[in-house]
Amino acid sequence: MSMTLRRVLHGAGLVAVLCFTLFPFYWMVSSSFKDQSDLLASPPVWFFTPTLANYADIFADEKVFGSIVNSMIVATLTTALSVLLGAPAAYALARFEFRGKSDLWFWFISNRMISPIVLALPVYLLALQLNILDTHLVLILIYLTFNLPIVVWICTDQFRSIPIELEQAARLDGADQFTIFRKIYVPLGLPGIAVSAIFSFIFSWNELLYALVLTRRSVQTAPVMATSFMSGYELPWGKIMATGTVIVLPVTIFALLVSRHMVRGLTMGATK
Amino acid sequence: MERTETRLNPGYGRWTPFWFLAPAVFALLGIGIYPVISALVTSFRRYNITRPREGFPFVGFENYINVLSDQTFWQSMGLTARFFVTVLPFQLFFGICIALLLHRPGLGMLRALARISLVVPLATTYAVVGLIGRLIFNRDFGVANQFLNAIGIGGMDWLGSPTGAFIAIAIMDIWQWTPFCALIFLAGLSMVPVEIEEAARLETSSKTALLRHVQLPYLLPGLTAMLILRSADILKLFDMVFVMTRGGPGAATDLVSIYIQRVGFRIFDMGTASAQAILLLIVTIVLSRLYIRLIYKEIE
Repeated sequence: MSMTLRRVLHGAGLVAVLCFTLFPFYWMVSSSFKDQSDLLASPPVWFFTPTLANYADIFADEKVFGSIVNSMIVATLTTALSVLLGAPAAYALARFEFRGKSDLWFWFISNRMISPIVLALPVYLLALQLNILDTHLVLILIYLTFNLPIVVWICTDQFRSIPIELEQAARLDGADQFTIFRKIYVPLGLPGIAVSAIFSFIFSWNELLYALVLTRRSVQTAPVMATSFMSGYELPWGKIMATGTVIVLPVTIFALLVSRHMVRGLTMGATK
Repeated sequence: MERTETRLNPGYGRWTPFWFLAPAVFALLGIGIYPVISALVTSFRRYNITRPREGFPFVGFENYINVLSDQTFWQSMGLTARFFVTVLPFQLFFGICIALLLHRPGLGMLRALARISLVVPLATTYAVVGLIGRLIFNRDFGVANQFLNAIGIGGMDWLGSPTGAFIAIAIMDIWQWTPFCALIFLAGLSMVPVEIEEAARLETSSKTALLRHVQLPYLLPGLTAMLILRSADILKLFDMVFVMTRGGPGAATDLVSIYIQRVGFRIFDMGTASAQAILLLIVTIVLSRLYIRLIYKEIE
């Protein structure tokens, strides 16, 4: 095979990859700009006059707007809480020696594997008793089960890469551990903390199962709202796809920011 | 104990690690362990919340016996396993193909673009993937049928037929998670030392030989990770399937998480659902132990 032909094939392969990864996303976005008759056209149309009516519709819809605000509140607060709780723990795991350290580490990480349905049942009953069903609080707390492991993992990795000499020097100057953590590890580990925060925001923003069973009307999150369109006979596909686009767009941008760390975030460092 | 501490002279008090760890540990105990214990207790009770008058008496292992002799539960477990063996080969195969395309030198811009586009499926909200799936696989105006018609095979009622619905959710899962495999394979490929790869390329022009003898050893750890994480993720899989099919038609896409959710939150039989959840948890714990044993060796 000649070099040129290989190059062409390589290029064609890469274009195929792009089509594969982007097509469903493209189809959602383009459908969100179609009017109802274009949406229901059979066979589907690829070229059409775009309309912003669907977006006008959903932004006028209080329920859609409210659900996005709810998602924002829940995802932001649970992320803040995970970083607040997780970063110090990560520092301890990165720099201290103590008994049971590896067991503790494994316990943190294994929370990544647990199916949400296992916790959803008992948490539903507990929340019912404590009267916190349908509140932001219950989601903020339960989302820690998958956010804390991610923060602990990524931050431990990051803190380990900070030269220990800095810590030793600070200790000679009489700084205690808490000062060292605050003045050295937090500022120098900020990139890792930020990446872990972005991941926990993405995971919380995308979550459906807990939100579905633990909330009713007042704290409905965006994914729950989007699925609630799926009832009735004639579905408002334009609105559904516009809502989908509005939900997916911010997390996609976040994900592109941390794309270099995507594998680490999803596997918790199975591959370095 | 005392002596080792003096010898290491760590420069911090005995209790210092505790203060750093306590908040996270207590939080996870409260939201991770306590609910599991409470599910365990519920699983030994007859606990239907639509019939509170009957009370919630302890019934020993009755729920477990019911679950283990329940055809539907085993069917949903079997279906979950079938889903796993259906999607994984595609994800691995496409994953390695994409990784090799991205690893190959040249065409820098296009390659960078393709690489970054892998993030898009992974970040797409799972529920929205389900919504997109319902539009793409719609019987009347779905683009999947348009495509089938174009290549001469007639369209089908994807979400209305058992096989069609199963294939449709499999395709959406393959779309969303192939990039995950591709990125892990790509990370493995980039671990091969450049000199070794260059030398091997001079020795042989065969791509398969290069893959098998030089690159494969670097891909294996990632492969283990994928097998275990994908199986755990498919046991967890709920959002996309729930939105696309709700487990139907019939029980054609009733994966285990969907099934337990229905028993718990549609039939409100919390006792049975908890027993099912505990069994699922046991499977998951075995998997995660395996994962940790195989992957995190270096930390121990």
